[in-house]
Amino acid sequence: MSLIGYRRDDAEVDPPYLYPDYVATRTRAPKRPLVPLPHTLSEITGPVYGHEDVGELDHDLTRQHDGEPAGERMILHGRVVDGDKRPVRNTLIELWQANSAGRYRHEVDAHPAPLDPNFSGAGRCLTDDEGHYRFITVKPGAYPWRNHPNAWRAAHIHLSLFGTAFATRLVTQMYFPGDPLFFQDPIFLAVREERHRRRLISEFDLDNTVPEWALAYRFDIVLRGREATPMEA
Amino acid sequence: MSLSPTPSQTVGPFFHIGLPAPATTELVSPDHAGAVRIVGVVFDGNGEPVSDALLEIWQANSAGRYSHPEDPRDEIPREHGFKGFGRCATDAEGRFEFVTVKPGPVPGPDSRMQAPHIDVSVFARGLLKRLVTRVYFPDEAKANDADPVLSMIRDPEVRATLVAREEDGALRFDIHLQGERETAFFSV
Repeated sequence: MSLIGYRRDDAEVDPPYLYPDYVATRTRAPKRPLVPLPHTLSEITGPVYGHEDVGELDHDLTRQHDGEPAGERMILHGRVVDGDKRPVRNTLIELWQANSAGRYRHEVDAHPAPLDPNFSGAGRCLTDDEGHYRFITVKPGAYPWRNHPNAWRAAHIHLSLFGTAFATRLVTQMYFPGDPLFFQDPIFLAVREERHRRRLISEFDLDNTVPEWALAYRFDIVLRGREATPMEA
Repeated sequence: MSLSPTPSQTVGPFFHIGLPAPATTELVSPDHAGAVRIVGVVFDGNGEPVSDALLEIWQANSAGRYSHPEDPRDEIPREHGFKGFGRCATDAEGRFEFVTVKPGPVPGPDSRMQAPHIDVSVFARGLLKRLVTRVYFPDEAKANDADPVLSMIRDPEVRATLVAREEDGALRFDIHLQGERETAFFSV
């Protein structure tokens, strides 16, 4: 059987496991070198989702309750492509975030900011045939955490993607342009090169705003591309 | 010119609100013929249980077929309703549990068969990128010895971290993120 594996070019863009400024990595990063896993059938396959797995309003976080959530309404959209610019179709994107006050609807979030009865902060959608996705939500607030004195997370939205295979799984965070908190956020700064950090920052997208209704941000996502040549498996 | 991938970021401590359904911890019903329980605890480098980790598993069915269009082996039947994907968040004591079936053998590098195994992704606060490991089965000693992936790990003690052990009718597979008993992790 001849299989085509995935490129391992994420190694140069991803943050390291151990990044001491992000304190939790100190006891959770493995110390032994990782073993390079050949891409076998187990890694070039992965979970497949269909439209039956996603509800019609799952992408709209502003319509999950009786009323509308407080905050700045926004459209988050973009395209998911692989490293060869091919659209990644019908892939599941899961999203979660804080509300506009910077509070998660989660039992371990102790930030004394108000919960919003009209905002759960989770959504999901499938990409279309061109790899496009679109969510409607509110802009999340920044929030404090206890990583270091007076630490604040830059405002962000968590995104989880499967892609086409076990080997393409990605969980990332999307940030907002011009955030003044970047310089002290070790999760953002753990991506070592500035040109790769820029890839985590969405773009304000005037063309896709809806006049008198919502601002828009564009966030394109690149999953790993495939190797050019098959391996014998 | 190819594009470089979007960098990974941690799932953080609040992933539970965004990563629930449509996944499940039961890939088959517990009364399914051949159902096995895989249980374990995730530990950090201080030996403390990790109460905010998320595990995802991916596996072939009991005949060795993946529920995916790129598994070309039509001679091996798919099983209706078996997707091969599971997801479980650890509880306050760091525990996780899946109910599944032992996958059949699947081909590996150089046309050698692989021993039955389950691919595992570990996500957690403090992990800027997922960790990947594999669960192998204790009743497959011969296949494990010949497995092309396990054989890449020279140190037998490290190799042994990937083989579950039988405990109270279940398979126990603890994950040590760091430290003396550190689990073998793969770069994918």
